[in-house]
Amino acid sequence: MTRRSNLLFLLPAFAALLGAILIFPGAIEAQQAPVHSAPQAKDGGVVIMLCDGKTSIEVKGLKPGQPMSHEQALAVTRDLMTTWQRAHPQQKWETAQASPQSAAASAPEASAPASSSSPGAALGLENAPKAVAGAQQGDTYASFTNRDYMIWKTETNKFVADGKRIFHSDKELGGTIGVSCDMCHPDASNTHPQTYPKYQVQLQRVALLRDMIDWCIENPVKGKALDPNDPKLRALEAYILAQRKGTPLNFGQH
Amino acid sequence: MAAKHKSVETKFMEEREQVMRAVRRLDRRSFLKVAGAAAGAVLARGLLPPHTFQLVTLADAAVEKGTGANGMAGQPPFTFAYISDTHLYERTLNQRFVRGATKAVEDVNALDPQPDFVFFGGDLAQLGRRAELELGRDILKEVKAPVKMMVGEHDWFFDLGESWQDLFGPPKYSFDWKGVHVVVLMSVHEKDFWTARKMTPAERMQTVAGLDNGIQSRFEVGDDDRKWLADDLAKVPHSTPLVVFSHSPLYKYYHDWNFWTDDAEQVQAILQPYDKVTVIHGHTHQMLFNRINNISFYGMLSTAWPWPYAPTGLPTLTVQMNRADPFDQFDGCGDGRFDVRADGLVDKIYNLWDRNPVGVKADYLVSMGKSDRPTVPQFASY
Repeated sequence: MTRRSNLLFLLPAFAALLGAILIFPGAIEAQQAPVHSAPQAKDGGVVIMLCDGKTSIEVKGLKPGQPMSHEQALAVTRDLMTTWQRAHPQQKWETAQASPQSAAASAPEASAPASSSSPGAALGLENAPKAVAGAQQGDTYASFTNRDYMIWKTETNKFVADGKRIFHSDKELGGTIGVSCDMCHPDASNTHPQTYPKYQVQLQRVALLRDMIDWCIENPVKGKALDPNDPKLRALEAYILAQRKGTPLNFGQH
Repeated sequence: MAAKHKSVETKFMEEREQVMRAVRRLDRRSFLKVAGAAAGAVLARGLLPPHTFQLVTLADAAVEKGTGANGMAGQPPFTFAYISDTHLYERTLNQRFVRGATKAVEDVNALDPQPDFVFFGGDLAQLGRRAELELGRDILKEVKAPVKMMVGEHDWFFDLGESWQDLFGPPKYSFDWKGVHVVVLMSVHEKDFWTARKMTPAERMQTVAGLDNGIQSRFEVGDDDRKWLADDLAKVPHSTPLVVFSHSPLYKYYHDWNFWTDDAEQVQAILQPYDKVTVIHGHTHQMLFNRINNISFYGMLSTAWPWPYAPTGLPTLTVQMNRADPFDQFDGCGDGRFDVRADGLVDKIYNLWDRNPVGVKADYLVSMGKSDRPTVPQFASY
């Protein structure tokens, strides 16, 4: 599986986990959410169930009510989805959840409300789009809900917010003379990310935006250049680009 | 043969000798002309002239205008220089901004003739700490001409002006100079945004120091200081030329970066009865000029870093400075000079470091851009 499809795969899994957490205690009667009866824990841990109402795994060592770390939660979603995938080798999660027939074909006993409408409805999102019928079924983006879009937006904005914070902090930039990016570039102005890649005359080579960020960190900021994959550099890039929404790209412009 | 095939060096030495000979027997005014001619000769050959020569050329033009062939002379013309927005950290932390500040001091000390005084445009310190202000005071001690101080928000919001006033005196004052009434305002008051947020003095200062955080209040002269200004002007005849200093521009340029004075219109109204009003401000770190009714506005350059032009609100009369090269610490920075003419109007020279200086005539602003337009640079900002 490619890296990209892995990522795409993980997103519904994360959403599904949230659903599972909400549903597991069986406390949301008011919304008539589907009640899934999760099996008893066998090893003293907590059983987490996928929102298909069938697939479950036990997280050993986790006490009921005890929160998981972000990493732990991600690992659990991965395990759940892997388990589901193993049981449904020829299927895509999105298709199976969007189409009762398809889901029923491989799992005849699945008649929970979650699979008879969209997963969004199961989560109580009134505006959740109905599963798209016809040719678009199975399309990566066909069966996502408002909740999914919300999560993507939140995650993206968080990435940009991280960049903004670093952009404004000489300490996080690793600066040594009190200088931060915003001092010369309020609102990331005059960074013109839309002009890269371009031949940077002063560097005498073709540069990307990140090369210029690193140049600034090394020189006016007097810090150490960041590795291209450093989360800080990626976040800075995200913040700068986000400030230029709607600006036409014009690479090579001087 | 010799006359026909002079080498470049010979020609240069001859011209130089000619200039030096002329200089020895000339008074100041003629000196300026000769120096200007020499600089012109250098320019014509496409060589980069030394700064001092260029400056003198421009000064020549300004003086000519001021004394006037028509004999119009309200008061003796005079010149003052400025240094602004040095943004000093403590010396042990940051040498970069110290280099800018000392370079400006060298510049104003090299002016010949010396200016009547050197005006400091505010933001001496970066984070308002006493050690930063003391470093600034020590650097400015090297200035040969008398120094007049103005406060900026970076000097003020750590201890609300305690150290600054202790070192430099009251933040607002006025004086008369060769027929001109000079007023220094404290225009960077802000309504209390910190108490409700339970900010420490350091947090308050850090917030004000950032342009784009949106948390701080907008600058204002405030009720008390506007009343003080009105009282101060009560005894000044309306024909007297005014030069008013404020750290923030006394008009509304760009709200989100606080390139802004919230009660600007009210201050302008107080200045409205006067025939000749020049407002000179710091804070914006760029070549910036404007004209609103009877008032000409000039922004000062910073010695620390240039600021990009704001996305909206730039006065149409402003000719943008050339796009700065970030690889050159001094590009887009500088200092400058004001020539107060005999008619009470003020010409301005932007001494952009590592660039040709740019002169902006009072007539350019008074004519609303119809005459004396400064040279437009090659690269507009993004």
